[in-house]
Amino acid sequence: MSSTSTPDLARATLGVPRLLTGHGPGYGEHLRALGPLPQRAGLVDEIARSGLTGRGGAAFPTSTKLAAMAPRGVVIGNGSEGEPLSAKDELLLHNRPHLVIDGLLATAHALAARRLHLVVGAASEEPVRRALRERGDADAIEVTVAPDRFVGGEASAVVDLLATGRGLPKDHAVRLTTRGLRGRSTLVQNVETLAHIGLIARVGGERWGAVGVPEDRGTRLFSISGDVAHPGVIEAPGGSSLRSLIAPSSPQPVSAVLVGGYHGAWVGRDALERTVGASSKHGAIPAGAGILVVLGDRSCGLRTAAEIAAYLAAESAGQCGPCVNGLPALADLVSRVADGDRDPRLPAQVERMAGLVEGRGACHHPDGTAKMVRSALVAFADDVAAHQHGFCRAAR
Amino acid sequence: MTEAFWALGRASGVVLLLLMTVSMLLGLLTRSGRPLVRLPRFGVLLAHRNIALLSVVFLGVHVVSLLLDPYAQLKLIDVVVPFGAARAPIAVGLGAVALDLMLAVAITALLRRRLGHRVFRVVHWAAYVLWPIALLHGVTAGSDGRSLPFLALSAFTATAVGAAVVWRMTDHFVEYRRIRTEPAR
Amino acid sequence: MSASTALHIDWTRCRGRGMCTELLTGLGRDEWGYPLVAGGGSDLPIRTHDVEAADDAVALCPVLALSIRPARPTR
Repeated sequence: MSSTSTPDLARATLGVPRLLTGHGPGYGEHLRALGPLPQRAGLVDEIARSGLTGRGGAAFPTSTKLAAMAPRGVVIGNGSEGEPLSAKDELLLHNRPHLVIDGLLATAHALAARRLHLVVGAASEEPVRRALRERGDADAIEVTVAPDRFVGGEASAVVDLLATGRGLPKDHAVRLTTRGLRGRSTLVQNVETLAHIGLIARVGGERWGAVGVPEDRGTRLFSISGDVAHPGVIEAPGGSSLRSLIAPSSPQPVSAVLVGGYHGAWVGRDALERTVGASSKHGAIPAGAGILVVLGDRSCGLRTAAEIAAYLAAESAGQCGPCVNGLPALADLVSRVADGDRDPRLPAQVERMAGLVEGRGACHHPDGTAKMVRSALVAFADDVAAHQHGFCRAAR
Repeated sequence: MTEAFWALGRASGVVLLLLMTVSMLLGLLTRSGRPLVRLPRFGVLLAHRNIALLSVVFLGVHVVSLLLDPYAQLKLIDVVVPFGAARAPIAVGLGAVALDLMLAVAITALLRRRLGHRVFRVVHWAAYVLWPIALLHGVTAGSDGRSLPFLALSAFTATAVGAAVVWRMTDHFVEYRRIRTEPAR
Repeated sequence: MSASTALHIDWTRCRGRGMCTELLTGLGRDEWGYPLVAGGGSDLPIRTHDVEAADDAVALCPVLALSIRPARPTR
């Protein structure tokens, strides 16, 4: 394979950054940097060799999902990005649409898929359509705009959007790869994952995975926001520490970081040296969809957690009883803690309510909300104690 | 002998009214999600289902006996297609409408798992139409439909079903309704 | 004691009528009336002596929210 890789190609595909390379979104520039998409035999094996995991949040090994697909299925590129603090999918679709399209086409070809979909947020529709018009090999890709809804990015919700136009999560009776869109074997893959596949298709899994650490190979995009000087998206190799990820954007003292987004976990400043990885193995903090929300030492973490919990309660799709009833109750309890309600039973009640919603929904919305709240009680344990004694440490 | 068919037709009609009334009441109780004194929720549901099925059986008895009764002058088509009977077309026609609806409700209920909940639920709503039509059929078509005992029985069942329907429309009809927020749809 | 099948609750359909909670000892009710699996989550492992009760629960659920599936949740 090295015979097909020019030094230019190696620089464009193997370094860091490799997704956010800064070149323009046009097809001409894309071809100049990477050359045409090769029709590589054995792409599924190459992806297995790369160790690529899904970048949409669940971090499932991509090759395992591909192996579960039946021929003549459906491949869906998911760039719907329901999470308001995630910016990476939109950035990628604006700056590297052709790399995402390459990944989608290569995956569909390798799986002998019959239908190709690209589901994107409203802001990305135009750049994606423009990119598709620029090339002659992507007519089969159907673009759909996802509603701006938190739970809309979940795989079954994306399939429901294409099937019914509603975009609501569905009960997982069988895997989507077994029976998905209109009963067909369906693969839903985040657009960042597809962009990485676009690179693997050119250089092979081994060379793609040379960057990073064995348990988390390649690079990953992070959307950084919160109390930072420069919010935005960065690209970092696997095995990066939390400190190295947030340092460039947040010079001021940090008290905590919400890793993984609104369904992620709060960690205190003592966790800054830990790595952020695909899973919690090897002591890493799971990256989720790569969202990092930085909390400065002037902000009250409990207040922020309460606001997020209230937002998540309002974003319930309203389908499942325990979520419809439990999330507002949970948000209310957290908000009482944040407001300085000194009822000593409150922390235990928060725990209990988190346990009551966990695992009791068609999608992971209640689980993710419970996880975020629970982690806040741990990361902000000192603040909980302070609030119980009638003061807030963030109020100076 | 022919008298016997007439008597059977009349008796089965009265039994039908009672069975359909109890079935309505138990069906409403099932919808509320509440148990009945010592009878658990699933017991209420099973009683509703079995009594409703029993009323289908009695409907069969009712129809067959009146088809065999020469005085009724009933043709098979009049049983299914309403308002074409030689004698008392309106009164008999109401019975045909009730029969059609009842069969639709029964068949969709039995095939509930195959048809899906939505079809089942929509067709099951027909029970609220079917019951008063059946009662009206009893009053108008029955040979003793306007006798005092039958009118008293009709008034009694209508009061019971009416009261249950009023209860159905109140806030605390469904168990837990005042405590919880119902999911959308 | 490892059950091979589980009673699965489809929460998008469940309206907390409580019939299944009367039939299966492993199911309680939460404060809003929805079924509460003893070990948490959406799947109740079916033990041998509960097989019939689980089948009854599936057949009787007024909103068809229950199904029987392999014990390991498919995700």
